[in-house]
Amino acid sequence: MAGHRSHAAALVPALLALALLSTTPAQAMPHSWPEFWGVQVEQLEYRLGDDTDVFAWDFDAFVGSDERRFVWRSEAEYATDEDAFEQLENQARVTQPISEFFDLAYGLRLDTPEGATRLHGLIGIQGLAPQWFEIDATLFVSDTPFARFETEYEVLITNRLNLVPSLELTLPMVDDEGIGAGAWGPKLEMGLRLGYDLIDRSFTPYIGVHYERLFGQTADYARDDGEERDALFFVVGARLLF
Amino acid sequence: MCRDHRGTPPVDYIAMDTPMIGHRTAAAAVALATLVAFDIPATAATYDLTVDRVTIETGDFTRTGIGYNGATPGPVLRFRQGEEVTINVTNNLDESTSIHWHGLILPFEQDGVPGISYPGIAPGETFTYRFPIIQSGTYWFHSHSGFQEPDGAYGSIVIEPEAREPFRYDRDYVVQLTDAHPHSGARIFRNLKASADYYNRQQQTLLDFFRDASRDGLAATIADRRAWGEMRMMPTDIEDVQGFTPLINGQSPAQNWTGLFAPGERVRLRFINSSAMTYFDIRIPGLEMTVVQADGNNVQPVKVDEFRLAVAETYDVIVRPMDDAAYSIIAESVGRTAMARGTLAPREGMTAEIPELRPAPLLTMADMGMAHEGMDHGSMAGMDHGAMPGMDQGAMAGGAHVMPDGTVMEGMGGAPMAGMDHSAHGAGAGQTGDTSYAPGSGLVPSAANGGKFLTYADLKAQTPLYPPRPATREIELRLTGNMERYIWSIDGVKYADAEPIRLRYGERVRFKFINQTMMKHPMHLHGMWSILDNGNGEWNPAKHTISVKPGSTVTMEVEVDAPGAWAFHCHLAYHMDAGMMRKVIVEGAPAEAASLPRARGGA
Repeated sequence: MAGHRSHAAALVPALLALALLSTTPAQAMPHSWPEFWGVQVEQLEYRLGDDTDVFAWDFDAFVGSDERRFVWRSEAEYATDEDAFEQLENQARVTQPISEFFDLAYGLRLDTPEGATRLHGLIGIQGLAPQWFEIDATLFVSDTPFARFETEYEVLITNRLNLVPSLELTLPMVDDEGIGAGAWGPKLEMGLRLGYDLIDRSFTPYIGVHYERLFGQTADYARDDGEERDALFFVVGARLLF
Repeated sequence: MCRDHRGTPPVDYIAMDTPMIGHRTAAAAVALATLVAFDIPATAATYDLTVDRVTIETGDFTRTGIGYNGATPGPVLRFRQGEEVTINVTNNLDESTSIHWHGLILPFEQDGVPGISYPGIAPGETFTYRFPIIQSGTYWFHSHSGFQEPDGAYGSIVIEPEAREPFRYDRDYVVQLTDAHPHSGARIFRNLKASADYYNRQQQTLLDFFRDASRDGLAATIADRRAWGEMRMMPTDIEDVQGFTPLINGQSPAQNWTGLFAPGERVRLRFINSSAMTYFDIRIPGLEMTVVQADGNNVQPVKVDEFRLAVAETYDVIVRPMDDAAYSIIAESVGRTAMARGTLAPREGMTAEIPELRPAPLLTMADMGMAHEGMDHGSMAGMDHGAMPGMDQGAMAGGAHVMPDGTVMEGMGGAPMAGMDHSAHGAGAGQTGDTSYAPGSGLVPSAANGGKFLTYADLKAQTPLYPPRPATREIELRLTGNMERYIWSIDGVKYADAEPIRLRYGERVRFKFINQTMMKHPMHLHGMWSILDNGNGEWNPAKHTISVKPGSTVTMEVEVDAPGAWAFHCHLAYHMDAGMMRKVIVEGAPAEAASLPRARGGA
């Protein structure tokens, strides 16, 4: 699998360059390109668990315009007892509006956790569903394809104190024993985080719980490795937006 | 904040030279032609402005911003009707700048919009504006480059009329309102693009839900939240940008700008809203105000207790305090997130009571554009908005309908219009009967003392600027946007992607604005007067900025008498920058009319 890493290293910039070239500059644009940029850190947290503690992050960094954004999405889980990344994925995404509230997303995803490297193409939709649910549904395409669905909702207790339930479901479509994924055996992650907007919306510390559970063949692989099929963590962390 | 250079006593003339005759450039021809045409005495004066980095100190925050002659707001430019002004603007910034003379009728090359009138003023450059002052009244000036205006680049203009005014006053003050924000304009825009509700700290919360549920019942409250949630819009979305400090003449409520008077004097207050984003409701508890001018043009006097000042508008009012007492000038933001305060007093240091901010209004389904006559939806036309809760679901077949811009408003048929209930306990809708709002709007204002609140319909020209005639054609402009993405547009097209609007010299064009968004848009046409059709016929007032309320339709007529290229845009700074703007090109002027301003306005 070592070969994947070098392929990916070449492919990610190539894809970004391709997407950049396909951006047609609007005539008489009053803005320079990119029109705007930002970094949105949804999770930057420490998870306290029974077996191991985990340091995790999940962020989007973007540049672009109303018509197209280039997004670097990174998600990681670093297990402190193993001193290793259980999960480390980086996505190069291009998003563009397809409806009033939804974007099409496409790009590449490179996973480089401890042990195995995987490269996928990705295509999905993301946006705001009725009743204010943030939705992200992505299909990761490779010889070991899988799908992922994420949703999140923000309950405003006050205009600064907020409670964010979230749900993420990852569904492998074929066996990939190297990363412990069993065909049609989903991994479910649920969270509930209570945050407070301390500085505008740029710094929101939170506490909460994070629960993970494996099903089907994926759970069986975990059991074979001597791991639990579920885990509950208390989390402390912060959301950032700048 | 900054120095006090307001009011009549400390007249802040800037390097006013003696009359000057030596015209050398093309402006000379313009000036001479104008002098002949209007029999204007040959006076001329020179003014110098520098564009500088300045420090803004509101007490709440300190930041760097942009000002003129070392201060924000910049100076009061006092012109005389009939003079030919020469204004040297020196750019001390490290970026390009510009000055637009808001509301002034002048040759288009002097209008100060980069990319439309001229290239702008490069760093270190001194640009010389020359134009005749053919009108009188209260106006203002500001940068038209980037986010310099929200960052503080504005000042005011007072033009003394040639003829006697149809009202009397003993002293006058400029009262310039601004919404100084701790964040730079560029950062605010970026934050809005990252998260459109970034600055909205008045969203409905869980606590509000419980309060509403105990008052209106659980089912009604759930239905209300569902109806808004279905649209993914917020009834609290009244002020895009909150968290500012409201200033009067650059001074915060605590710094308390004060205008002095002797009891019994008539005091003329020249209210100017130079805010980036904020409308204000203005009152002086204890004093009746007589509105005598709107956007620089005299109107038939109307006595009011309170009025709403849209962004970029000006209103001149006269008050006559008889007692030896102080009076608070109170300007609440329409979203009730902030309150500017100043004082009128017989002596420095006197203060009057400061009332509490009134509760924030809520938008209703009417503000969502449910009342558009232009909607291609026959069954909507006759809809009784007062009876929205019982709206016929059959008429809304399919539970979704397509707005003229192709936007699908899903689920409107399915969800009861419980949001309509808010008009009953919101801002006291209907009290003023202001027909410039969508019927059932939650934004209809009412006076704090229960008295008279100025409406658009109250504005009647003192002397019409133009003889009445029918419009030669109509142009319909839909004001459109995507709140969630913070994209603002006209007819669904952003400025960067739009063709200019082409007008023929000599036309009288009727513009029909259909606001399909949930926000107010103060629409500002440069170079020509916007004659608001408020039902007063021949006495329809000529304005430079017309506030188009959410979900409403407003028409104005324009005598196309100014050749050249002009800007036409929403004056909310971030709406303009997001794309709610057009270039207007006036073609086909006779040779002798080129660069010759025609309408006079003012007085």
